[in-house]
Amino acid sequence: MSRHLSGFRTVLSEDEINRALARMAHEVVERNKGASGLVVLGIPSRGVPLAQRLTARISSVEDIAVPVGALDVTMYRDDLRLRPARALEPTDIPDGGVDGKTVVLVDDVLYSGRTIRAALTALDDVGRPRAVRLAVLVDRGHRELPIRADHVGKNLPTSLRESVRVLLNEVDGQDAVLVGATADAHPAPEAHLAAGEEEAR
Amino acid sequence: MIRHLLSAADLSHEEATLILDTADEMARLTEGRAVKKLPTLRGRTVVNLFFEDSTRTRTSFELAAKRLSADVINFSAKGSSVSKGESLKDTALTLAAMGADGVVVRHSASGAAYRLATSGWISANVLNAGDGTHEHPTQALLDAFTLRRHLGDLRDRDVVIVGDVLHGRVARSNVLLLATLGARVTLVAPPTLLPLGVENWPCEVTYDLDAALPGADAVMMLRVQRERMNAAFFPSAREYSRRYGLDARRFSSLPEDAIVLHPGPMNRGMEISADVADNERSVIVEQVTNGVYVRMAVLYLMLAGSGTGSAGGEDAA
Repeated sequence: MSRHLSGFRTVLSEDEINRALARMAHEVVERNKGASGLVVLGIPSRGVPLAQRLTARISSVEDIAVPVGALDVTMYRDDLRLRPARALEPTDIPDGGVDGKTVVLVDDVLYSGRTIRAALTALDDVGRPRAVRLAVLVDRGHRELPIRADHVGKNLPTSLRESVRVLLNEVDGQDAVLVGATADAHPAPEAHLAAGEEEAR
Repeated sequence: MIRHLLSAADLSHEEATLILDTADEMARLTEGRAVKKLPTLRGRTVVNLFFEDSTRTRTSFELAAKRLSADVINFSAKGSSVSKGESLKDTALTLAAMGADGVVVRHSASGAAYRLATSGWISANVLNAGDGTHEHPTQALLDAFTLRRHLGDLRDRDVVIVGDVLHGRVARSNVLLLATLGARVTLVAPPTLLPLGVENWPCEVTYDLDAALPGADAVMMLRVQRERMNAAFFPSAREYSRRYGLDARRFSSLPEDAIVLHPGPMNRGMEISADVADNERSVIVEQVTNGVYVRMAVLYLMLAGSGTGSAGGEDAA
């Protein structure tokens, strides 16, 4: 079913990703007591299509349109000086902004927590949400900051030597979450951060 | 990414596109925001080293650096050690001793920025903000950015550049960058205001403005510096204006959606008439806004990272 990358094994299939997103959509609505006042922001790159899928499910559950956008955190990263400057990804704040809203940040993998720290700082400059929640498809542990997710697709205990790859139809042409022992090709922003440490081993 | 920005010719199509795409994001990150400031260059120092007066370019660079939270020092020739006869080298050594990460330099001598970047006097990244009659790459980038916002992809678009090509560094940088981006450029100027060797530039050259206008997607009018008039480059201001000025009659011969650019400051009634300058298809004021975004993009790409490594970035230790 999934393209076989050498040394990687599939931990979430397409169906399992869909079920996880469906459950997360219900959790978000339950926690928020409805879908009013929600703004869903994906963190590029793979957080953005995930945010769109999550939002589509929330909208169909509650039958109201929930604004969805993208929040690039590159300019707010704490590791900018450790590597050459990178290209920015699009930031797209929905009309109506985030002031007084409940913002749900969406990312594919939660790892060190540094991307989310950067996202919270970035959000400061956009406006003042009433509350910020975090939804991730995979929580692989190894936090370096006091940050946790409110909604998790799958808790995935990993070793620091492993890498987690999230493949999404919109970007990769297929849906799958893979875990492998190789240290290259980290798709998740958090994984990028830790990659420096891993590769330095 | 590039370490120094000295010439528009140094930029590949890929690099130029990266700068313009980054500028697009800079616009999106600051337009309409409550906080028009990004923390990206916190703790970095940018020196504006201006041996020539230029309020417009200097303030644009200053604002761009401040929007990225860099510390900015303005070093202008007037009222500084430069007016007391200090050489470029000693000024550079002073700046190096102060720990400048980026130096934005404007100088009346062509090649001053190159000298500063390659001399080994300083390890800072050097941005050319205009050197003599040579180049002004960020002006070309902001013009390309403005063109792209209105015309989309610049490949096979026709851009007409009119005016003093001989003394203007804007024309050279624009021709080089627009050629890289795939646009067709036509230079229009009186023979006396064209530099030697212009036939080798990647563009067409003509003396006839009226013939060039009907096919243009954009017209860029260059400033005619008044001090040139005494040097007999053309008989009179009036004659120049009649032959090479963009007035209402010529404006009407442009295609319906063509836009008008001018790097400023304008001489209304000379190279551009007031009604054309104030027309809604003139994007001159927008160019100023875009200048800040483009300079933010360049500063970000040059200063935010760890340096290219090969040239020995400041984080090498």
